Amino acid sequence: MTRKQRRLYFVLLGMLALGAAVALVLTAISDSLVYFYSPTDIVTQRIPEGRRMRIGGLVEADSVKKDGKTVTFTVTDVTNALPVVYSGILPDLFREGQGVVVEGRMDKGVFAATEVLAKHDENYMPKEVADALKKSGQWNDGKSK
Amino acid sequence: MHRFANPARFLRLAKVILPYSSGVAVLSLALGLWFALAASPADYQQGDSVRIMYVHVPAAWMGMFCYVAMAAFSAMALIWKHPLADLLAKATAPVGAAFTFLCLVTGSLWGKPMWGTWWAWDARLTSMLILLFLYLGYMALVNAFDDPERGHKAAAILALVGAVNVPVIKWSVDWWNTLHQPASVVKMGGPAIDSSMLVPLLLMALGFKAYWISILILRGRAEIAAQKVRVIRMAQIHAASRGE
Repeated sequence: MTRKQRRLYFVLLGMLALGAAVALVLTAISDSLVYFYSPTDIVTQRIPEGRRMRIGGLVEADSVKKDGKTVTFTVTDVTNALPVVYSGILPDLFREGQGVVVEGRMDKGVFAATEVLAKHDENYMPKEVADALKKSGQWNDGKSK
Repeated sequence: MHRFANPARFLRLAKVILPYSSGVAVLSLALGLWFALAASPADYQQGDSVRIMYVHVPAAWMGMFCYVAMAAFSAMALIWKHPLADLLAKATAPVGAAFTFLCLVTGSLWGKPMWGTWWAWDARLTSMLILLFLYLGYMALVNAFDDPERGHKAAAILALVGAVNVPVIKWSVDWWNTLHQPASVVKMGGPAIDSSMLVPLLLMALGFKAYWISILILRGRAEIAAQKVRVIRMAQIHAASRGE
């Protein structure tokens, strides 16, 4: 084996070992790498009340109710849903059927949010295309799932 | 590949490519920006804020692309000791850092009106920030030694170690829940982006790539010239010390 080959194998092996190590670490701390939990996680994992966390899901259709500055709505991941109460300014993209991430804590079965972030999905299209899709019935906005 | 490791051949090739790459960069960036800022439609959800995406996404691609190029040049330098590979890796670093920075800034500007926050510590944003720090670390390390050979070697190892971050950036949005949206263009089942928006996006990406090639040639030339000067100076010093 020439020195060049030896260096090549050394680098390849090093990269492989490093990649494996990083993969193991990331898998191990995967729980703390998620930015938010789903309503199903909250129901199944019995996360204690009062712990600060983020919940993500879709804003359920027809669930948004405004009462002065206070807004109540339901965050759903289709299998489970969680009622949320929040008072403050909502981001522009906040609307029914859209993704949302709320930060706060559980309080007697209701999630009291201190911050609401809108989550954008990966679809980009002009308004005319969106209207055409809705018209032809090919629209998929989370309600129909 | 080995044939192009010769600096003289690189310089000859660079002379031929440079006018074309510069021309493509200017044309596609001008056309792409016109489409992105004026001629393309507003998004059905985001309105005109979608126009930030035409700079943000190609800049993010370039941030990762430049890092892969830098790591590949570094591997070539470590394994085959190509005299040119070290210089090209060093020449790529500031370009990649600039694109990564541009990506973070434009993302932040988009995030405030859309998400409602400038910054979130989610996996995609954090790994992109780490990429910027890797570039800065590389640039600091490569210049930290009096002997450029040692600087190149240390920085090349850093570049290779940091390369594990690139797949993490790419798939962070699929592996973990993130605030950042998943991929729209490079994904299973084709792009989730309308063609009237995809075309300006790809034009911008082409312009950035051509820009990178031009800058790489210019910076590579400068690095080769600097090395020549270094060699001549060393020879002069040796000759002077022998003469006494």
